[in-house]
Amino acid sequence: MRAAADELQPAAPAAAPRERSPWRSFAAEFAQSRLALLGLALLAAIVLAALLAPWIAPQNPYDLAQLDVLDSQLPPGAHSESGRTYLLGTDDQGRDMLSGILYGLRISLTVGAVSTVAALALGLAFGLAAAYFGGWLDAVIMRVADIQLSFPAILIALILLAALGQGAGKIIVALITVQWAYYARTVRSAALVERQKEYVEAARALALSHSRIVLRHLLPNCLPPLIVVATVQVAHAISLEATLSFLGLGLPVTEPSLGLLIANGFQYMLSGKYWISFYPGLALLVTIMAINLVADQLRDILNPRLRR
Amino acid sequence: MLAYAFRRLGQSVIVLAAMSLLVFVGVYAIGNPIELLVNPEADDTERARAAAALGLDKPLWVQYGTFLVRAAHGDLGNSFVYNVPAIHLIVERLPATLELALAATLLGILIGIPLGLVAGLKPHSWVGRGIMAGSILGFSLPTFWVGLVLIMVFSVQLGWLPPNGRGATVTLAGIPVSFLTWDGLKHLAMPALNLALLRLALMIRLTRAGTREAILQDYVKFARAKGLTMRRVIGVHVLKNIMIPIVTVIGLELGSVIAFAIVTESIFAWPGTGKLLIDSINQLDRPVVVAFLMVVVTLCVGINFVVDVLYSLLDPRVRLGGAPAAAH
Repeated sequence: MRAAADELQPAAPAAAPRERSPWRSFAAEFAQSRLALLGLALLAAIVLAALLAPWIAPQNPYDLAQLDVLDSQLPPGAHSESGRTYLLGTDDQGRDMLSGILYGLRISLTVGAVSTVAALALGLAFGLAAAYFGGWLDAVIMRVADIQLSFPAILIALILLAALGQGAGKIIVALITVQWAYYARTVRSAALVERQKEYVEAARALALSHSRIVLRHLLPNCLPPLIVVATVQVAHAISLEATLSFLGLGLPVTEPSLGLLIANGFQYMLSGKYWISFYPGLALLVTIMAINLVADQLRDILNPRLRR
Repeated sequence: MLAYAFRRLGQSVIVLAAMSLLVFVGVYAIGNPIELLVNPEADDTERARAAAALGLDKPLWVQYGTFLVRAAHGDLGNSFVYNVPAIHLIVERLPATLELALAATLLGILIGIPLGLVAGLKPHSWVGRGIMAGSILGFSLPTFWVGLVLIMVFSVQLGWLPPNGRGATVTLAGIPVSFLTWDGLKHLAMPALNLALLRLALMIRLTRAGTREAILQDYVKFARAKGLTMRRVIGVHVLKNIMIPIVTVIGLELGSVIAFAIVTESIFAWPGTGKLLIDSINQLDRPVVVAFLMVVVTLCVGINFVVDVLYSLLDPRVRLGGAPAAAH
């Protein structure tokens, strides 16, 4: 089966010589929006900065030996007695804000990405199962998803965190619980349409196994709408985590995400020391914006209703 | 019609029961409030007496049973911290939250729909792009971060608006409200705008998407061909057709506004239920946490019920086809 498919491939371009590859045309369409390209570039830069934080940050903000309490609450650009320059100022413990932000980005992005991937996998499994097998399985899965989606995400997350307590693992569990239903719904509706198509019928006629039909035939064709949902959801996950951490219900102080850094600086805001909150907030903002710009363009490309 | 309403009501009750179990077990699984409430030097007998007084010595399922029976009578237990009925604390603070939520929703509608129409009619002009960029901003900006910036600009830098509290209130039909006094209005402005931002972005997107799809439809072409002015086509035909999803979302989002008010209230120290919730979670004041969550959950379930029944009135396919039709 696979060998046969591989043999067929080289013949395809010959049949339509002018046809561009789907990836090329996708990239070309994406590049039509300069705003989306800007978002993509920003996102790449942010991810790179977060990955390289231990090497590019001026100090390790959680190594107490590197902190100097005398340098606490310095404004941006201040030079300390020890000859250091703090580009974005320092917080109440004399921590370099730039370093704090770079390390905070690592945590925020990790939590966002891990929870999104896990929720995606979970939603994909439930959604495909519901659509392919139908019946009571479909009814149960979708009813649970409906009920859950009728409550605001932040409320569900609050209930879970009030029950589970603090910690990176717990907040990831909360974020997965909040998000899986979006994917399950999206996949199910896409799979229901695909299931009716002839290629699935053909695969069934060939007596292929259920798992093969679902994973190799249905799944790849359900991916476009999922990609859109997943990009938007990463931004939501990051934002929700920051909000919960800001409220003091998310990550513990030992794992300071951007939300926690902002919360930490909030008490100094009214006395005019804006930088402790402002710059982590700016980093959070730019990250979420970049993801949304990319997601928006993806949606416009992949939405068949806007194609004429 | 009635049969549908009853079936839907049954579902709502089941959801409510499931959520109450989840909330109760979840919240009562955290920490031991006795540690916080009793003098740290108290001995074991004193602890036991305190636990018995609060009903915390019984097994969890007995506590849940008692809780359900009492909840059905509107009694959600006494606050551990204030020693007054938890529901009183909630009801006392609910007007502040509702005022904030309504002000935010109103701002979202009044600003969002016109902007969305413009963006939908001219999606490729710089105005349309600007509005969309703004709405992406509205979606992207986490609520708490916007609140911080608002405080930073209007309270710290400019000193125009107070950063926290509710200001002077007037009693209207027995309920204290802020929006009738100048001082209260000044206090309301920032929190309402803060909470409205997400609604605003949502309204813009919904209206824009609806408009973009509607103006491609045949009925719009037909109305234009009939010689109607563009103003009338948009104001009557397009707007009418896109209003259905918008009205639904406004209704459904009411629960979410109240949930998100938790964040806004925490930032602006707005004396509503959301701030009470966060304080109660931190103080392990379980009855108040449970009471709050139950009130909001009931509100959400109630709103969904009303919206569904209204929908079935407007669209008979919903109640005649039932669930199987909606599934395909």
